Amino acid sequence: MQMLSIKNLQAKIEDKEILKGLSLEVKPGEVHAIMGPNGSGKSTLASVLAGREEYEVTGGSVSFDGKDLLDMPAEVRAREGLFLAFQYPVEIPGVSNMNFLKAAVGEIRKHHGKDQLTAKDFLKLVKEKSALVELDGQLANRAVNEGFSGGEKKRNEIFQMAMLEPKMAILDETDSGLDIDALRIVANGVNALRSPERSFLVITHYQRLLDYIVPDFVHVLYKGRIVKSGTKELALELEEKGYDWIKEEVETANA
Amino acid sequence: MAYNGDELLDNITSKEYEFGFTTNIESDKAPAGLNEDIIRMISAKKEEPEWLLTWRLEAFSIWKKMTEPEWAHVSYVKPDFQAISYYSAPKKKQTLNSIDELDPELRKTMDKLGISLEEQKRLHGVAVDFVMDSVSVATSFKEKLGELGIIFCSMSDAIKEHPELVRKYLGTIVPRTDNFYAALNSAVFTDGSFCYIPKGVKCPMELSTYFRINEGGTGQFERTLVVADEGSFVSYLEGCTAPQRDENQLHAAVVELIAHQNAEIKYSTVQNWYPGDKEGKGGVFNFVTKRGMCEGDHSKISWTQVETGSAITWKYPSCILKGDHSIGEFYSVAVTNNYQQADTGTKMVHIGRNTKSTIISKGISAGKSQNSYRGLVQINKGAENSRNFSQCDSLLMSDRCGAHTFPYIEVKNKSSKVEHEATTSKIGEDQIFYCLQRGLDEEQAISMIVNGYAKEVLNKLPMEFAVEAQKLLAISLEGSVG
Repeated sequence: MQMLSIKNLQAKIEDKEILKGLSLEVKPGEVHAIMGPNGSGKSTLASVLAGREEYEVTGGSVSFDGKDLLDMPAEVRAREGLFLAFQYPVEIPGVSNMNFLKAAVGEIRKHHGKDQLTAKDFLKLVKEKSALVELDGQLANRAVNEGFSGGEKKRNEIFQMAMLEPKMAILDETDSGLDIDALRIVANGVNALRSPERSFLVITHYQRLLDYIVPDFVHVLYKGRIVKSGTKELALELEEKGYDWIKEEVETANA
Repeated sequence: MAYNGDELLDNITSKEYEFGFTTNIESDKAPAGLNEDIIRMISAKKEEPEWLLTWRLEAFSIWKKMTEPEWAHVSYVKPDFQAISYYSAPKKKQTLNSIDELDPELRKTMDKLGISLEEQKRLHGVAVDFVMDSVSVATSFKEKLGELGIIFCSMSDAIKEHPELVRKYLGTIVPRTDNFYAALNSAVFTDGSFCYIPKGVKCPMELSTYFRINEGGTGQFERTLVVADEGSFVSYLEGCTAPQRDENQLHAAVVELIAHQNAEIKYSTVQNWYPGDKEGKGGVFNFVTKRGMCEGDHSKISWTQVETGSAITWKYPSCILKGDHSIGEFYSVAVTNNYQQADTGTKMVHIGRNTKSTIISKGISAGKSQNSYRGLVQINKGAENSRNFSQCDSLLMSDRCGAHTFPYIEVKNKSSKVEHEATTSKIGEDQIFYCLQRGLDEEQAISMIVNGYAKEVLNKLPMEFAVEAQKLLAISLEGSVG
């Protein structure tokens, strides 16, 4: 059974078509990297999958763990096990990371008919997961992302992912704005969460992240479609040659 | 679920005002109109001493010479003062030894309001003075407080049992000449609370009063006086609800606080008067004068308010920092939705040396409402080394509401330090989506974000009130992001 099955997805925002027939199959446990030049639709894909209403789906289908994803509102997709690590995580002043996560964890557990965690167990979980991304106790108590550095925000995203234990995680340019050390920490966190039951969509510009989070498949997104797929070698090829050769290939095929 | 403007606004305005119900109790109601006879009638019904009747009549003649002020950033159809009845009391007035003796209808009303006196008696130790329309109904814990020398009773009772105390302080902090509505209140006030804490006594429980307007057309003119003698402490809670009405109901209360040397008064309010319907029809006019005098050195007065109701809110709980080293604080969350209007804030007047004041005001506007903060920080010439910190934040929840700030700062002393910060923000769709993507629905997201915004103020409330306040905030703002 596929974890994620995208068939011919088309989406637009404010009359501008961005995704023009994107298809992708992701099995449980797989890590797929999505690369592509600016404006190709990478972030749009993430937003559409997560359920951002500004984007209108005009065609195609998406099945998530056997269920119709497009039919679910954003919060239900999250509760079903879809997680998006945002490229630019927002700040929520006055709302502590702890309370925020406690509420989120609670909703997801409720959705699956599980009992709520006791305060003690919740704190234990926090301690365990924050260690994965070297996020010290202080940050867990601060307001969500308020006053966090870029690196801390990204680590907070992975911390939240660890806490919510999703089936499918979409990392939207998680490496942007990170220095080498922060990158390593984030990647280690993600790797620690890899499992045969969990899939990842890693959206990135740069091959470097993929040295740390080694993908099973690499896809190139160009003008709203996946135009090339391969293994991690493809990423290295892109690093070396850029995107022009792919663009040419596509133009030639369409001519 | 969508969270675009129109759908949400529909959602929130369809939430019925929970407390829209009335109590069917025979009521003793005066004919409409305001003149000397009505005032004499009120005074006679309450068996008041001569000096108070004279005081009232003087206030009435002062009021007649005044004109209604128009400088607030609010617009409304002026009340017809002759069309209001100034006295309404439930007929069966009785003295109770225990809660069980209370009229069952009234008892039911209190239960509906969520006040279970028995519960409170057992668990919280809160003494409750319930005011139904213009007359106080039950005062519990009178004996226990009496042992400590604490007086906590209705204003009517205080006038009878402690006339010398009332006479000493009444009108000294808010004189009858202060403003149009204070003069009116002084002439026709019917009840309220009186509290006196003797020297060195820390009141062991929170003192609380619930107000309720019942009859259509009655104005509520509550008069409250809290006196904290040297070295004493009291935490006072005021919470209000009112039933649904078509005609506007005027609420012009006066609250005077006096803190002597080393004394502290903490005054908290959660206000949920009927705000009018979603077309802006009806609702309570809340025109209140509240002022605290830090009379003695090292005295302290804190005002904390959560205002979510009323069609129009017009009030400036203030502090006069007369004693050296005295402290004044004002923490406020004011919510307006639909067509509500608020012009509220505070005045901190620094007279003594080394005085300190803190103002934290959080305005939340939604719907088509208008929310204004108006504050005065006045540092007099002799207020050496005084300090003020003010923070006024506005949160806009729709693109049709307004938030306004009118800060006044008058400094006449060079050694003082005055800081003022202000922010204006909107609940971003990004913030909401972030919450949605973590499994929270839109209602939970807004509730969380708004409570986070108001946290600084909500933290100042006594526990029981804080919980009620959080619920109130969430209810008032469901689905209002747009």
